[in-house]
Amino acid sequence: MSNDTFHGEAPLHHQTPLQASEEPYADDVLEQLRTDAAAIIARYPQKRSALLPMLHLVQSVDGYVTGRGVHFCAEQLDLTTAEVSGVATFYTQYKRHPNGEYTVGVCTNTLCAIMGGDQIFDEVSEHLGVGHDETTADGKITLERVECNAACDFAPVVMVNWEFFDNQTPDSTKDIVDRLRAGEEVAPTRGPRSVCSFKHVSRVLAGFPDGLADEGVGAGEASVRGTLLAREQGWTAPGDERADTSASPAAQAEEGLAPGRHTSVNAGTNAPDELPKSKEDGQ
Amino acid sequence: MSTVLTPVLTKFWDHPQSWTLETYEANEGYQALRAALQKDPADLVAMAKDSGLRGRGGAGFPTGMKWGFLPPPDGGPRYLVVNADESEPGTCKDIPLLMAAPQFLIEGMAITSFAIGCNHAFVYLRGEVVHVYRRLMRAVEEAYAKGYLGKNILGSGFDLDITVHAGAGAYICGEETALLDSLEGRRGQPRLKPPFPAVAGLYARPTVVNNVESIASIPPIVLHGADWFSGMGTERSQGFGIFSLSGHVARPGQYEAPLGITLRELIDMAGGMRNGHRLKFWTPGGSSTPIFTDAHLDVPLDFESVAKEGSMLGTRALQIFDETTSVVHAVARWTEFYQHESCGKCTPCREGTFWLKQIMNRLENGQGHEGDIEKLDDICDNILGRAFCALGDGATSPVTSAIQYFREEFEQGMTTPWYELFPPERSTLFAKESQPA
Ligand SMILES: Cc1cc2nc3c(=O)[nH]c(=O)nc-3n(C[C@H](O)[C@H](O)[C@H](O)COP(=O)(O)O)c2cc1C
Ligand code: SF4
Ligand code: FES
Repeated sequence: MSNDTFHGEAPLHHQTPLQASEEPYADDVLEQLRTDAAAIIARYPQKRSALLPMLHLVQSVDGYVTGRGVHFCAEQLDLTTAEVSGVATFYTQYKRHPNGEYTVGVCTNTLCAIMGGDQIFDEVSEHLGVGHDETTADGKITLERVECNAACDFAPVVMVNWEFFDNQTPDSTKDIVDRLRAGEEVAPTRGPRSVCSFKHVSRVLAGFPDGLADEGVGAGEASVRGTLLAREQGWTAPGDERADTSASPAAQAEEGLAPGRHTSVNAGTNAPDELPKSKEDGQ
Repeated sequence: MSTVLTPVLTKFWDHPQSWTLETYEANEGYQALRAALQKDPADLVAMAKDSGLRGRGGAGFPTGMKWGFLPPPDGGPRYLVVNADESEPGTCKDIPLLMAAPQFLIEGMAITSFAIGCNHAFVYLRGEVVHVYRRLMRAVEEAYAKGYLGKNILGSGFDLDITVHAGAGAYICGEETALLDSLEGRRGQPRLKPPFPAVAGLYARPTVVNNVESIASIPPIVLHGADWFSGMGTERSQGFGIFSLSGHVARPGQYEAPLGITLRELIDMAGGMRNGHRLKFWTPGGSSTPIFTDAHLDVPLDFESVAKEGSMLGTRALQIFDETTSVVHAVARWTEFYQHESCGKCTPCREGTFWLKQIMNRLENGQGHEGDIEKLDDICDNILGRAFCALGDGATSPVTSAIQYFREEFEQGMTTPWYELFPPERSTLFAKESQPA
């Protein structure tokens, strides 16, 4: 939750105070912020729900959660600044000090770490001369260790401003950071044509589309392997045997909904037992 | 090989524009919604029950039964909240589904909302996947434009709005009540249950919280029938699910299969273990589920069979590690994750994960103390069942199961650092072929 370095020697309950940048917003900036805030608030039955997107919005203008941003959110949502800060400090994506133009997050959760993420982080850290949650002097790159980013089949994974760079190596990642620092366009493996700035993606995360949804692949190479294998082997889900819901002729011609009912295991181990232990659901 | 893949949700992921409404409609998309709007909502709830669909978010609670827990309508709002926080280490199915075919979820949400009497539904997406957020917002926009969302959907008189909300980085927000607090604009900390979300959820109103894959499975069930779905899988774990293979297999990826398929079958489909290596340990359902070893290759991956062997099916997140991997190191890293993500609300988890991390770190570095293994077990014992939410329980799973199966490696941790026993460069994706296995 907190921004402390979780693999390092950070103090036990490390807290960096929010930077009190109180310089007021310029009039035109403030006006735009108010318009955007109104659009966010309108999405929810209750105003306070707008807080997380509004903090993303503040980052899209200021590059991190500033004191004036906290004031703005508090004022718009009828909250105290303490309530806003309490939320801002809970979530890792909200930055407490100026962020680089690109956040380079190397996944060092177990699977990626073992598949090479640790080595990538170490080499890139040395290459850039910065550690976890630190920014290069040119303000371009903030390096981070990130937790599992739901892309383990593409391990080791690096996220640049929350876009996927799959199957990385130390050299490929060093190349990415060099090109970003040189101001070149860099294409994620799965994402838009090129990585956008931290402020740009923060605005998207506030819920304002940037028109790039149709760029890039659907599923990446790993995601689609099961689909391709099934097609190659002629494996399909059982065709519907009830006449009234059969698929369109076009769909049937394409996939051939042959009634290839699988012969899955109804093993003896599936003895009926009680309802699932539903601690998580509690229902 | 007895089991084959059953692509339903993954069927057209290789289409070059798989995420568009047009592609979805060419693949039976929104036929189920048309059919559903002609039915009595109560029949849709019954259909979900009859299908045997159990929650795909980890706990496996029967989905139709959950919908049935909502109190009778009182005229006030009722909500559907879809859990797209997907942050459990190893779990990587919802994100590719939303990237490749988000309309399954949108149609599923429309049908579910109609079934439970909801007019405003939410998706809570983790914030660290910006392109997925773009795709979801686009999918919602396309569905509105086609009249599948909004007022008087397809002339039925039913209205539905969907808000797609991005989180901001916190594993605990996947826990359903923490998720609701977060969606209300608060710190994401679990709530005391009861009251359950069905009674007092979002804004203290009756709420259904379901996983992405659970809701995405609804349109195919409505279209093909409850029997079609329950005909797949095992007697008590019915239907299909996406199995996510990652780690030391030749072809990691997403494999959609009937529940009850085995890891042996799945590894076979994934081209075997990576060249010249053998399976050492794996997680059946993410890092919060006790690890398995090569002795469990033939355990049917359904809720009951996995539980019988002492673990949980969880999210079918199969993280696979070969003999080059240090189990102590792997568990230490997971423990750091839980310590980092503990929300701090309750003492057993907040303090317990902190101590587990300290001890795992010294064992990792070959500096374990006499009695450390017993101490780990003891701390786990004090967390399990005493924590406020399932995160605390989950934190104990890798530790206790690894001690159970690999105690000698923990003993080696008294004297020898993990990286001497298991040189890390041999485990990486870019390990040189020439390096001795
Ligand atoms: C720490 C923790 C994290 C969780 N993360 C997720 C998640 O990312 N996605 C999810 O669907 N369920 C997650 N769950 C389970 C949810 O609490 C809940 O059981 C689930 O969303 C219900 O949906 P289902 O019945 O459709 O599975 C998590 C639970 C815990 C304790
Ligand atoms: S078990 Fe951990 S995550 Fe759950 S409420 Fe307690 S401290 Fe928070
Ligand atoms: S462990 Fe890195 S993406 Fe899952």
